[in-house]
Amino acid sequence: MPITSPGFCLDPATAPFVSPNSDHRGTSRDGIASTTHATVSAWFACLFVAVFALLTAGCSDSGVSLEDLEKAAAKIDVSEIEIDTETDDATQMLDLEKSDLTFGFIKLTDCAPLVVAKEKGYFDDEGLNVTLESQSNWKILLDNVINGQLDGAHMLAGQPIGATIGVGTKTSIVTAYSLDYNGNGITVSNDIWAQMQENDPALKSPTPKHPISADSLKPIVEKYLQDAGEPFPMGMVFPVSTHNYEIRYWLAASGIHPGMYTESDIKGFTDAQVKLSTVPPPQMPQNLEADIVKGYCVGEPWNQKAVVTGIGVPVTTNYDIWKNNPEKVFGVTKGWAEKNPQTHLAVIKALIRAGKWLDATDDSGKLVNRMEAVEMLSRKDYVGAEKEVIANSMTGTFVFQKTDVREMPDFNVFFKHEASYPHYSDAIWFLTQMRRWGQITEPKPASWYAETAKEIYQPAIYREAAEMLISEGKLDPNEIPAPDYDGYREVSTDFIDGNKYDAKDPIGYINSFEIGNKDDEALAKQ
Amino acid sequence: MNWRGNLLRFCNVAGLPILEPFVRLAAGEDKREQLVGIAKFILLPIAAVCVFLGLWAAAASSVVTDSAKLPSPQATWSAGKQLIAMHYEQREADKAAKQEKLVEAVQLLAEANAYTAAASKATGEKKSKLEDKSLALKKRAVAAANFVPSSAPTFIDQIWTSVKTVFFGFFLATIVAVPIGVLCGMSPWFNAAMTPFIQIFKPVSPLAWLPLAFIVIMWYYAGYSSGETFFDKAFLISASTVCLCSLWPTLVNTTLGVASVDKDFINVADVLRLSWWQRLTKIILPASLPLMFAGMRISLGVGWMVLIAADMLAQNPGLGKFVWDEFQNGSDLTYARIAFSVLVIGLIGLLLDRIMIFFRNLVSFGNPSPV
Repeated sequence: MPITSPGFCLDPATAPFVSPNSDHRGTSRDGIASTTHATVSAWFACLFVAVFALLTAGCSDSGVSLEDLEKAAAKIDVSEIEIDTETDDATQMLDLEKSDLTFGFIKLTDCAPLVVAKEKGYFDDEGLNVTLESQSNWKILLDNVINGQLDGAHMLAGQPIGATIGVGTKTSIVTAYSLDYNGNGITVSNDIWAQMQENDPALKSPTPKHPISADSLKPIVEKYLQDAGEPFPMGMVFPVSTHNYEIRYWLAASGIHPGMYTESDIKGFTDAQVKLSTVPPPQMPQNLEADIVKGYCVGEPWNQKAVVTGIGVPVTTNYDIWKNNPEKVFGVTKGWAEKNPQTHLAVIKALIRAGKWLDATDDSGKLVNRMEAVEMLSRKDYVGAEKEVIANSMTGTFVFQKTDVREMPDFNVFFKHEASYPHYSDAIWFLTQMRRWGQITEPKPASWYAETAKEIYQPAIYREAAEMLISEGKLDPNEIPAPDYDGYREVSTDFIDGNKYDAKDPIGYINSFEIGNKDDEALAKQ
Repeated sequence: MNWRGNLLRFCNVAGLPILEPFVRLAAGEDKREQLVGIAKFILLPIAAVCVFLGLWAAAASSVVTDSAKLPSPQATWSAGKQLIAMHYEQREADKAAKQEKLVEAVQLLAEANAYTAAASKATGEKKSKLEDKSLALKKRAVAAANFVPSSAPTFIDQIWTSVKTVFFGFFLATIVAVPIGVLCGMSPWFNAAMTPFIQIFKPVSPLAWLPLAFIVIMWYYAGYSSGETFFDKAFLISASTVCLCSLWPTLVNTTLGVASVDKDFINVADVLRLSWWQRLTKIILPASLPLMFAGMRISLGVGWMVLIAADMLAQNPGLGKFVWDEFQNGSDLTYARIAFSVLVIGLIGLLLDRIMIFFRNLVSFGNPSPV
């Protein structure tokens, strides 16, 4: 076979990968066939052995066989063991389908129930061996739950809903446990805060009156739109995040248009006066410092970080926008939940205990376990921020400015006010906001809202887990909603705009807003 | 003196020419010349490193933004020590937990046996109840015996994961690239057919491949949950990304090596009437090995670089994930830990490079190049 000159792409002068020192033409002629052949095979063999050694080492584990166990067990004196023929053992273990589980989380303080359930041994008590793996952003977290890398995860409440109805990725995801209420804030840069104070002299106080609405921001946004010719840039964390709906709610309550989603505009910039872009939570302060966004809505500790480092001023918290609004949930895929019902139940049992522990108070109403939780969360494999920063919000205060430190005992609620129960009305609120801003492109009848909520939120599992805990003496019956509770929280007007939310009339609620989609009233009856 | 020659050859082949002056000094060669060598290759670099550390320390005290601060060399060093200490603490804790679970397993099994014994004496409904209980206890015993600590991977675990991944990816790339490269070098027709692929895919950043590699692996492993498969999905995704970027240097260099085998060798082969296979194994492969290994060395280097970035992007276990997790943490220690991992990543990269230099020099028959 003739050896030809190399192709044009392989010319030595242009081939980028040729090491200048390897003088291939200097290869000595004598003995080339005999010595090298042996050497080559030997070294290739060595290389392969090395690779396989690397791959197999570390996988090996000191396996304990059943025989070893039997032998050891035979030595144990069993005469003391009481043989109990009754199966109604109080702490009976569930028949788990799977005991080694991996859950994902994002580095935010509201992953606390998962961390507490693991660190306090609640998962262990249920026979679960749980690994918690941090994820870099909400999209990757969701993808990993869908593709089975993760068994379940700390999710934005909007994520199971968005995924199930097909906003973004489409897969059925269910939740039987709400991780917390509240916990977010809206922060603006120092410069914008100064301008807001110009517009509203009442804000020029060391302790301005709360809640602060977006009224004083409105002229700034309008001027920016006129001068720069583009919408005022602000940040939120994910298109179906609570943060997105909260900041939109806050802006729209003062008549600022935050933009609509349409079938072709999945970024939600149509008609926008404020351009809300997606920024991962930990990058928010840096984006604000770099003037890429002029304000943002994010969970803790990233608002407190802005205060501590002096780059911005939190103007409001989501507690002021809607008192006790749902925030994160524990989500698993529907397929997983169907395949592992007992395991799911065991997980929810452990989480309920964790939530209860987090919100335990002494007689004077002081949260007693939060400092211990702060210590756990500050470890590098969990949230990893300094204890002081995490403690700021976790122990019931919130720092708006260095002069304006407020008691906010309900800034982070994990269990109180039935916060861990998956209320249908919470799911419906997210659906109404998705419709209001156009993420749900078609009008839907009222019945669709109720049915969709029932598909995603699974209070039956929560209740079953809670009843087991009650029978084990770990929970009090009055700590969960009464058995005849229908899953709809009371009609509320605890919103910054005083609007009334009745989950049984989603169409009426959507139509009650000045800004946003409007639906046909006839749909309310369907 | 034979030991001198052997040692010098070792220095040469292992790619450690900086040791040469010491060997020569020990052998009693011209002292002055060797001392100059030592000063040049050892003292000067040490001095340069000291200057760098000084500049770094100076920068660390002035580079301070509102939200962060450049870590000083001391902070980096102590963060590193802490990370390593944390690994051993974690290991101890995991070992203790495993031991505890084993004791529990034995206890549970003993209990289960007691129930079985009781069941054999009982009858009817009672018997089946006791048997059920025994079975449940046994199941728990097995679960406890197979307990795997669920602690988060430590820094050292992450290093280990990354090294395994890069070798596996590199290994895959090599077994694909070498045969194709040889065929490209031997046959201009095959080369012409491959050229468009090489030309188009070579410049693509492997990170752009990541989502596509992701889809293929997810498709392949559809229906399996984690732990059920021989390879971890995340491991395969990272490894295939490494593979996709490691392919090209090896492929191109192998082609070049094969295509530029000395004409005289080929003429010899013609005279000897060697068969195609003999020609390949006795002449072409041996003659092209130095270039092939030069390509593999570049491949491994590129693969290591890309792996860290891929881990960061996809959150696959490894050093990249460690760095990203730390970046997300936002505590005072964060940046010191990142600085330490940057140094570790660099050192491992250096080590990998040295290993490949060693292999390349071994096959370069008396023409080892030191760098």
